[in-house]
Amino acid sequence: MWSYTLRRVLVTIPTVWAVTTVCYLLLHITPGGPFDGERKVSAAVLANLQAKYHLDMPLWQQYLYYMKSLLQGDLGASFRYADWSVNELVAHALPVSLTIGGSSLIISLVLGVVLGIVAALRQNSPIDYLVMLISNMGSAFPSFIIGPVLVLVFSILLKWLPSGGWDDFAVSYMVLPVALLTFINVSTIGRVMRGSLIEIMNSNFIRTARAKGLPMRTIVFRHALKPALMPVVTLLAPLAISSITSAVVTESIFSLPGLGKLIVNGAANRDYTLVLGLVVLVTFMTVLFNLLVDLAYALLDPKIRY
Amino acid sequence: MSILNVSNLGVQFRTNDGMVNAVNGLTFELNQGQTLGIVGESGSGKSQSVLAMMGLLAKNGTASGEALFHGQNLLTMSPRELNRIRGDRISMIFQDPMTSLNPYLTVERQMTEVLELHKGMSRRTAKKRAIELLDAVRIPEAARRVNMYPHEFSGGMRQRVMIAMALLCEPEVLVADEPTTALDVTVQAQILSLLKDLQRDFGTAIIMITHDLGVVAGLCDKVMVMYGGRVMEHADADHIFYRPTHPYTIGLLGALPHLEANDDELTSIPGNPPNLAHMPKGCPFAERCTHARAGCADTIPPLVAIDGGALRACHIPVAELTVDNKEAAHV
Amino acid sequence: MFKKKQAAAAATLENVLNQPVVQGRSPWRDARIRFMRNKAAVVSLVILVLITLACVFGPMLLPHTYDSTDWDAISLAPTLQNWHWFGTDDLGRDLLVRTLIGGRISLMVGALATIAAVIIGVIWGATAGFMGGKIDNLMMRMVDMMYAVPYLLIAILMVTLLGREFYLVVLTITILSWMDMSRVVRGQTLSIRSKEYIEAAHAIGVSTPTIIRRHIVPNLLGIVVIYTTVTVPGVILTESVLSFLGLGVQEPMTSWGVLIGDGTKTMESQPWMMLFPAALLSLTLYCTNYIGDGLRDALDPKDR
Repeated sequence: MWSYTLRRVLVTIPTVWAVTTVCYLLLHITPGGPFDGERKVSAAVLANLQAKYHLDMPLWQQYLYYMKSLLQGDLGASFRYADWSVNELVAHALPVSLTIGGSSLIISLVLGVVLGIVAALRQNSPIDYLVMLISNMGSAFPSFIIGPVLVLVFSILLKWLPSGGWDDFAVSYMVLPVALLTFINVSTIGRVMRGSLIEIMNSNFIRTARAKGLPMRTIVFRHALKPALMPVVTLLAPLAISSITSAVVTESIFSLPGLGKLIVNGAANRDYTLVLGLVVLVTFMTVLFNLLVDLAYALLDPKIRY
Repeated sequence: MSILNVSNLGVQFRTNDGMVNAVNGLTFELNQGQTLGIVGESGSGKSQSVLAMMGLLAKNGTASGEALFHGQNLLTMSPRELNRIRGDRISMIFQDPMTSLNPYLTVERQMTEVLELHKGMSRRTAKKRAIELLDAVRIPEAARRVNMYPHEFSGGMRQRVMIAMALLCEPEVLVADEPTTALDVTVQAQILSLLKDLQRDFGTAIIMITHDLGVVAGLCDKVMVMYGGRVMEHADADHIFYRPTHPYTIGLLGALPHLEANDDELTSIPGNPPNLAHMPKGCPFAERCTHARAGCADTIPPLVAIDGGALRACHIPVAELTVDNKEAAHV
Repeated sequence: MFKKKQAAAAATLENVLNQPVVQGRSPWRDARIRFMRNKAAVVSLVILVLITLACVFGPMLLPHTYDSTDWDAISLAPTLQNWHWFGTDDLGRDLLVRTLIGGRISLMVGALATIAAVIIGVIWGATAGFMGGKIDNLMMRMVDMMYAVPYLLIAILMVTLLGREFYLVVLTITILSWMDMSRVVRGQTLSIRSKEYIEAAHAIGVSTPTIIRRHIVPNLLGIVVIYTTVTVPGVILTESVLSFLGLGVQEPMTSWGVLIGDGTKTMESQPWMMLFPAALLSLTLYCTNYIGDGLRDALDPKDR
């Protein structure tokens, strides 16, 4: 197990390195510097600015310099938000995104698994139709349509909740974004859980369990649940990652000061270091999630022993 | 003493092509300690008939008729009542040992749960008993292996685990659905002799479902030959092997390869089994029967007794089926 | 002895030949019949064709253009008068025409990026599958790496760097959409390559190009068609997200994502600005999903 983990960690390093390098080069090769669109700055100021951000060095030196500070966990200074380092910006934004993404992931896991189980065991029941409806809607209505509709109904028409914004982790500002992400996640988890449990319930070993005279409760919870959960476990990595990327959309719908908002602003302002830092950070998180999910899968499946 | 009385058992499936009758009018009885072989090609309805008795039909399947176990009808029981009998007094072994055990639970858990449920044993006592049974089916190092997962066993060993699991509660009836089909030939022989020994020790009645007449010859007292969801012939094993009276049985026996016969050609029954969704009006075997005559394809022959207590369903009188059965006797 | 065997073989052959011939049907005809039986898929196909026709020809037939301002009708609610069926925006531009033009862009990006992604994916996957060994390993490693990249962030990055021209948006989406196809094609190629009938064809001396043409391409075609239909909604969705975030095509050109994004800003007073393009986008996604399901069931009936 430990050697497997170590091997997996070692394999992730080239991935993160490759993504970082490619993005770094893309950013620096494309024409147009970060200070181009500015109101005219004098040559002296420009030189100062470039010196401050090491833009006057040859590219390979800049690159080495960047990689060195990256290894120390320093994502560099922001081009746009003067006086702010990328680390500080991330430190402010990350808790917001993590709270929204994390809580919706937990809620949708519980909800999706429970709904999926009920739908699978009571096929063609109202719950089953509900799960199918949610998963159908999830695939046809993207978050940037459902989100505004939620705002229209719950903030504008009913006036129950604020339409957006953030007030130091006040719950009322979190309800709509979390609900939106949960809806999207449940549409996937519920469908996968339903499908996998139906398949497991038709498997040979469940027939054996029935032949042993076990009551339905034992069959479902002892025999069927764990194998049926395995596809949901594999789903966790893409879901966690999509919570980060869909934060880009949710946070711009509800104007939340999270990572997604940061990257959209960074992109709009051509804030190179900020965008690059965020891409590196999210790639790292992606790789980490994949690793964790693979390890969890290996722990849960008795057939896999490293 | 008869413990199982099945009469007029039928199995229907709702499919996209309409209702399909997989089994029709199956009738037999099983006595204590007796072994009944049910023989047929795939699709003959042999597996579905026992699955129906065990309440294990697929969702789109329904059973009709009667299957009395000590006078109680298994087919009309509530799931609760049925669960008290399944696994305790009637148990079952399945065809594919690779997929019939739960890969996520240890053998210990899968065995002890049966005893906890039916015998109210503590897990510790149940584990002791499970190890005893694994010993009885000749699994080496049972005490250590009981804690393993199914994938750590070979196919033959898994089938032994299945058998041990089925025998935990010393059932009165053991239903074995092609228990050796998925196994190597040498392992097949071991499993069969194991079943024979266990039957002697436990006094269990066995329903052995197989398409392999060799298996039947070694094990069964009575044999039922099925085709197209119907019983063709039902008689003592000796009768079936030495004096078969149904063209299909004769064909099956002729298709067996013989070591002694100096013959390079494999005989086979010409044609294919009938499509269950479009069954012929008359005798299901008529299309492939070399003896078929006018009328065979129009009316279904009833299952009637002939001399010696054998039952057969055929329009052709026994006397006319003058077949040289010397070859068949080699089995 | 040999003679006897030969005679036996001949007898068996005769047996086989005498059996009633099972009527064969081409798998493609079979698939078409199965697809036509699937009502949801057929209805979706009809709707999708209608939407496409409306987007292509609608703007030519209507009296307004997508960028002209009607000063008498600013922020007009939907009305039957003067063809302002979907209302107008706050610059007095007709939303029916803008929605149709936006649909043109969305569908065109969807079609172009899908075609490009399919071509890249099929070539990449088939090459890896055929070559096998080290090359396969290296090529698939690269695909794995692409998967580890947070795609929306990269899309944002690329659009920021490269610009927001129409073809650059297509290029960006293509680069991010070909991996699924390459994986599937590689897997299928590998499994076909090791099938007995390919070995049999080799053994009886069929040339490699013929094997590729007759056995491998037809067997790949089904899965390529299925995955193409799965790619379409994903691609349309990516374009819409980028446009929604203001990173897609630029004003006065528009697409469904841009219209929805603009609409959300004025949702309180003019909800129709968002609802019409949103409805059309959802309908399109719904239809492509159903067509994809229908094709999968039709072409691969085992996998339900």
